Amino acid sequence: MPALTVGDRMDHAVAVEPDWIEALSGEGARRDEAVTHLHALLLRAARFEIGRRRPGGGAGLEDLATQAADDALVAIMSKLHTFRGDSRFTTWAYKFALLEAGVKLRRRAWQGRELPLEEEGWERLADHRATPDAELETAELLGAVRDAIAQSLTPHQRSVLVALVLNDVPIDVLAQRLGTTRGALYKTLHDARKRLRARLADEGLAPQLVREGQAP
Amino acid sequence: MSDLLGRLLGPDDPELTCDECFEHLDRYVELEVAGDDADAAIPGMRAHLEGCAACGEDYESLAALVREGDG
Repeated sequence: MPALTVGDRMDHAVAVEPDWIEALSGEGARRDEAVTHLHALLLRAARFEIGRRRPGGGAGLEDLATQAADDALVAIMSKLHTFRGDSRFTTWAYKFALLEAGVKLRRRAWQGRELPLEEEGWERLADHRATPDAELETAELLGAVRDAIAQSLTPHQRSVLVALVLNDVPIDVLAQRLGTTRGALYKTLHDARKRLRARLADEGLAPQLVREGQAP
Repeated sequence: MSDLLGRLLGPDDPELTCDECFEHLDRYVELEVAGDDADAAIPGMRAHLEGCAACGEDYESLAALVREGDG
């Protein structure tokens, strides 16, 4: 059974590393104890994430933390064989709890909300271009990007880009609404951005200029 | 303004996928916290963290949690 207790320093985890896998892969009381211990660590990580993202607290957040820890535990137990020891076991385990808590927080924030219309995103882009103190070069770049979005992207690429970038819809929320995954949506966003950069380069807006336009 | 352009065009460098990012995230964070060259060890991670807001948040939280544990 791992000798690590909740809140222990990370370097203690190194010493008990083999015990985690052995205990969680085993049977009986030793396994049960290890699972309970791991769940406590996952709950700590979930609460940590909630504290970072919702410092003011709120109703139902403790339930959300527990649910995140539960779901992370299930994911970890099913992927235990994939742990290669590239990091400490606790670091590897924590990322599952942080992911679950982060996704649940984003979805909760958008629960019952309609996604903004694509037109709202276009208006936002137009507002940015019209900002009085906008540098001419940046405004021209935004205009070129707007044309490229309209003319070079597929309808799906366009709606994903507008939702994620212009309307600030979290990727996990959009994935849930569309019945897809974060990875699949990001691939669409990645391909759309690649097309936009290629189009700008074709128009003589060299990557260097594009980068300068992005500079703070 | 310039931040919007950056988010519209995304990183110019080759980047990992979200699944690859999650797979390597724990190692990347530990290397970084230890002061090693995490970007050389896991090429494409930094670009992805800049391009994907959700993975970027996961990274920030794991790094903060590990640093807190090591502190």
